[in-house]
Amino acid sequence: MTTQNKPKIGVYICHCGMNIAPKVDVEEVARYIQELDHVTVARDYKFMCSNPGQDMIINDIKELGLNRVVVASCSPRMHEKTFRNAVRTAGLNPYYFQMANIREQVSWVTKDSQEATEKAKSMVAAAVARVFFHQPLDTREVTVAKSVLVIGGGIAGMQAALTSANAGYQVSLVEREPSIGGHMAKFDKTFPTLDCAACIMTPKMVDVLQHPGITLYTWSEVEKVEGFIGNFEVTVKKKPRYVDEKKCTGCGTCMQKCPTKKILSEFNEGLSFRTAIYTPFPQAVPNVPVIDATHCRVLGQNKKCGVCAKFCETKAIDFDQKPEFVTLKIGAIITATGFQAVNPTSLEQYGYGRFPEVYTSMEFERLNNATGPTSGKVLMKNGMVPKRVAIIHCVGSRDTRHKKYCSRVCCMYSMKFAHLLREKTGAEVWEFYIDIRSPGKLYEEFYNRVQEEGVRFIRGRVAEITDMVEDPGDEGRLTVIAESTLTRRTVRVPVDMVVLSVGLEPARGSEDIGRLLGLSRDGDGWFNELHAKLAPLATPINGIFLAGCCQGPKDIPDTVAQAMGAAGEAIALLAKGIVTTQAEISRIDPDLCSGCKSCIESCTYSAIRFDEARKVAVVNEALCMGCGSCAAACPSSAAGVKHFTDKQVMGEIEALLM
Amino acid sequence: MVKSMSDDYQPKIIALVCNWCTYTAADLAGTSRLCYPSNIRMIRMMCTGMIDPKYILKAFLDGADGVFIGGCHPGDCHYINGNLKFKKRMAGIEAIISQFGFEEDRLRLRWIGASEGPEFQHNMTDFIQTIQNMGPSPAKGLMVL
Repeated sequence: MTTQNKPKIGVYICHCGMNIAPKVDVEEVARYIQELDHVTVARDYKFMCSNPGQDMIINDIKELGLNRVVVASCSPRMHEKTFRNAVRTAGLNPYYFQMANIREQVSWVTKDSQEATEKAKSMVAAAVARVFFHQPLDTREVTVAKSVLVIGGGIAGMQAALTSANAGYQVSLVEREPSIGGHMAKFDKTFPTLDCAACIMTPKMVDVLQHPGITLYTWSEVEKVEGFIGNFEVTVKKKPRYVDEKKCTGCGTCMQKCPTKKILSEFNEGLSFRTAIYTPFPQAVPNVPVIDATHCRVLGQNKKCGVCAKFCETKAIDFDQKPEFVTLKIGAIITATGFQAVNPTSLEQYGYGRFPEVYTSMEFERLNNATGPTSGKVLMKNGMVPKRVAIIHCVGSRDTRHKKYCSRVCCMYSMKFAHLLREKTGAEVWEFYIDIRSPGKLYEEFYNRVQEEGVRFIRGRVAEITDMVEDPGDEGRLTVIAESTLTRRTVRVPVDMVVLSVGLEPARGSEDIGRLLGLSRDGDGWFNELHAKLAPLATPINGIFLAGCCQGPKDIPDTVAQAMGAAGEAIALLAKGIVTTQAEISRIDPDLCSGCKSCIESCTYSAIRFDEARKVAVVNEALCMGCGSCAAACPSSAAGVKHFTDKQVMGEIEALLM
Repeated sequence: MVKSMSDDYQPKIIALVCNWCTYTAADLAGTSRLCYPSNIRMIRMMCTGMIDPKYILKAFLDGADGVFIGGCHPGDCHYINGNLKFKKRMAGIEAIISQFGFEEDRLRLRWIGASEGPEFQHNMTDFIQTIQNMGPSPAKGLMVL
């Protein structure tokens, strides 16, 4: 054995301030560990992750000739990198290191102090047993493709694309709808400043379109993602538009002439109609229509029509267009797939779908929008202006039977609606709320403002919306029944119109995107960030970042800030230009391999090939992800993942059961 | 620790868990201070798909009273389908441990997502209780280990 291989182990028990120490008797653990074979030194210290803590390790490596290190502290997900770097600084291979998680797994979850100490001892001893078998591992540096993929063309995706492109990187922005703009494009005003959404949004859309660094793929979807950080290979499917983007001038004649006119407009939330060849809204970017193949007479019903093609002067209509697949080399991916509004139909007490004058907030946004079905006039279905409107908060949110979480934006947009209703119609507005949540710059001030504008606030969840009226004079109106929890009385308010402030949920299809990218989702379906506080934009997958509502409900300012942050993360990665490949990948021992090919069959990434000359399986290190399927499948123990070898894992098991 | 009324039997339980889901859920249980009995000894794997059947057998032969495997929900595997590969192996592993005299119930596979701290706590408590009720493995005493 060389000196390097004759184990001299240093063990460091962290107090983590008051997080580990009072529950776990750290001195007792250190005393116990000091007696174990191969342990040269065992110390305890207040904060191992601090500078003095790390210096302690570095000095011991240098002065005592340690060649293996164990730190017993928090989760390796927190500080494994920190300590590996310290070990590397001292000149030791960073993989001669093991962590024992005695905070998250011991001190924080164990009631009895003695039990906690015993568990800690056993876990630290297991880490010592494991590190004994550790081997030095090498990483390689690979160059990074200087390009960013942004998935989703709402305000988050657009901002992320612009920031990344402004830094000089090539950006591909993929949007599944015919136009970028997302939800924000549907809004008229934004809280709390009452900025005109279109005025701040549409120029940004044009910026995205015209930016030389951004390639826009609208009406497109991400089909396949392969590779790893810095070197993703992404396949984008361009769905057939049936309109040649290069030839189309956006004159709109096709839309005027299309005879299929009675299709409910998705953009206007079904409150108006569109044609079969359409752009979702007049300011769409790009201003190139798509043909809705289901409703088109030629494509969907096999009838003779082709009116659009007849009138198109540039001959841009192409009924034979097929899906097109584009392969992109991508360095970093920003996921900005956003949200969708909760459909309140199943919340039967609110009568959505039964009563025509019950609207969702998204429908009201369109009703109130200058480009909407009523050109911005708030009108009921009968064309009259409502005299009294109820706005119901927390529809689908903060409800144990539905979504438990607060959707964060509903209180504020509800009050925006109230203000706009007062301003436009003079109608009496009643807001039914549970709590008003207005934490944001100028938000509380806006709440005060709408109160001063005469909006009534009733604190209580609405029990029912009914068309049964008490006073015959109110016939035809809806009655909102709620308990005012402040006056402890039931209130019955006859109204002309009800707006349901529905919550936010992950966008349709985010499950599929998660699967494509390998991102995990929380119980509510939002994408998990790497760390709730310290890495809110990163994901467990290196090189993939999150922006906007796909990570959880957010308002526009937070979304834009997060998008810029995610772009910053991507830029930081690309600017460095190189990434280090992971060392924990599979290795097949050619002396043990029997050539049975079980591993090749088990490998999801096609990272193992068969060497016909030697009759053994060989791992392609660039493709291997280190999942270890091959290791478990190999009948002769020839395949194994570095840093998860049989000796290491079984050494740990043995020590834990001593 | 779960202590039985009749004796001082304290089950020893090994949990082999996936880094991306159950291990993270355990961290979350920790951050949220969700307590559970201290009998569990957890080993971090990169994926349930890399758990070699011999690790499980090794744990039982070394004196574990129960072995818990925690993986990602189907469809959520970080490596696409490693969890399902392990699930396929379960029946075989159960047959092997039975032949060694360990009851199949001493091995449990559960899917626990990264955000499911309370589920992690519940699963640990429940499994420890099950093993507690089963008593020490009868095979343990018969073997020279």
